[in-house]
Amino acid sequence: MGEKVLMKGNEAIAEAAIRAGCKMFFGYPITPQTELAAYMAKRLPKIGGVFLQAESEVAAINMVYGAASAGKRVLTSSSSPGVSLKQEGISYIAGSDLPCVIINIVRGGPGLGGIQPAQSDYFQACKGGGHGDYHLIVLAPGSIQEIVDITKDAFELSEKYRMPVMIMGDGMLGQMMEPIEFGEETEVVVPERDYATNGTQMKRPHNIINSLYIEPSELEKTVLERYERYKKVEENETRVEEYMLDDAEYVIAAYGTIARVAKTAIANLRKEGIKVGLIRPITLWPFPSASFAKAADKVKGILDVEMSMGQMVEDVRLSVNGKCPVEFFGRTGGVIPTPGEICDALKKMKEGK
Amino acid sequence: MEKVFERPKALCDVPLHYCPGCTHGIVHRLVAEVIDELGIEGKTVGVAPVGCAVFAYNYFNCDMIEAAHGRAPAVATGVKRALPENVVFTYQGDGDLAAIGTAETVHAASRGENITVIFINNAIYGMTGGQMAPTTLEGQVTQTSPYGRDLKTQGYPVRVCELLSNTGGAAYLERVSVDSVPNIKKAKAAIKKAFTNQIEGKGFSLIEVLSACPTNWGLTPTEALKWLRENMIPYYPLGVYKDKEAEKND
Repeated sequence: MGEKVLMKGNEAIAEAAIRAGCKMFFGYPITPQTELAAYMAKRLPKIGGVFLQAESEVAAINMVYGAASAGKRVLTSSSSPGVSLKQEGISYIAGSDLPCVIINIVRGGPGLGGIQPAQSDYFQACKGGGHGDYHLIVLAPGSIQEIVDITKDAFELSEKYRMPVMIMGDGMLGQMMEPIEFGEETEVVVPERDYATNGTQMKRPHNIINSLYIEPSELEKTVLERYERYKKVEENETRVEEYMLDDAEYVIAAYGTIARVAKTAIANLRKEGIKVGLIRPITLWPFPSASFAKAADKVKGILDVEMSMGQMVEDVRLSVNGKCPVEFFGRTGGVIPTPGEICDALKKMKEGK
Repeated sequence: MEKVFERPKALCDVPLHYCPGCTHGIVHRLVAEVIDELGIEGKTVGVAPVGCAVFAYNYFNCDMIEAAHGRAPAVATGVKRALPENVVFTYQGDGDLAAIGTAETVHAASRGENITVIFINNAIYGMTGGQMAPTTLEGQVTQTSPYGRDLKTQGYPVRVCELLSNTGGAAYLERVSVDSVPNIKKAKAAIKKAFTNQIEGKGFSLIEVLSACPTNWGLTPTEALKWLRENMIPYYPLGVYKDKEAEKND
């Protein structure tokens, strides 16, 4: 077993990425994710890696596109306004079937918004922030230990399915410190990519990384093929935590930081005799619809709690499909709901107010 | 019998889509000849632009990447940093490189990114049907400057080599033209130097190639070359704008 270390979320992601064999990072400073880039700037040059501070988020994501084309594990990180700028590149990366990992340490929006934790980029991450038919795998860890564990998976998933993976944390996860364990450091073998543009060595026909198909039927074919892969992702990679659901009469739906606040609320509510459980999506896409559909058959209602004006709640409602009431409670702009507020919202729902 | 003229090996044996009289074909050929002569096809990675040369990825036999509009220098940076031993070039037009991709161009040059940029300046957006480019000349009529480019409202044509000559990182900048056989020969020498510089680790090299777009200029191929000579070369003088190596020897 590895020893426990106290680490800030942003730095933990960076270290976890390095341990996952990622030696290339391109980024641009933005609060509240800057420590991640700073950590990479310090570490990567010492281990033969590449840290490059780009002239913009637009350039950074296109450098990622280049490094991914060249066959390397590559990471970029940013926060909401910066991730908006990356959307062009993300669409091209998805359209070219390249793997990479993108971190969004979400802050309040829209516009320049604020710098405090938020979850208001759910739509952008899960419903296609860039143009065209595509998906990202969107991972939403709820603790710094989970961030560490999920970062390695993120690279592997992106390579297995040849698609970009986004890790969505919020400002809270990025900034807070928790004791974590990295486990044994093992040697990472990054699988060879036969489609990489790393020089033909005059031994094979040229590889082309591209997302342009002038012939509509050809473009449709590539999209359909991609959606076949997405179907497999939905079947095999959906992750969810179901917490105290066995006897639950009510369910709270929440992800990331707010799911932890919700657990405190659940403990308090249970002390008052109200049986509440939690469904915490760990993959936001693919969305764990089955968990919600199953719960909807036996509970009296679902309360979706977010640090936004209600974005994931749309997927909860689609999953439940009218089988039980779904209410929403949220704070936004960087305000974090308290356990007390969540308890009140749930009681209000119970009393049918 | 001895073959005295053939397709360079670095060019694919496919029909090009360029218009009659377009000089992209000439520049493609020059790049391919240089790749052949330097024997680097197997380790070269090209980055194609958005614009008329968008299909360049189908024309060069080396590995190719299609970049978003203007982002080729950033993509090339990603490739070169990942694979420093490979040879990485971009092939970009004026809208791509000097309008939407200005930031990527200036910063790749400023970083002294060890890549080769082939920049086609034909003073117009070709692929979209002839709109004003950052390099469109004063008074030049295009779809989006129908009364001629007016400096008061549409600003001045951008001189890329002059602009980049102030960046610390640029190692070699030269403006050439493909309007005549002697100039084509000079263009090839410049392109060869830009690739050789990269192999020798000298840093960012950009060759600006003044090119003709008969279709969107509304001229015959011959008239277009004459127009290039009489209008473009005076505003965009040919020559070397930066040569770090030569400066060192001064």
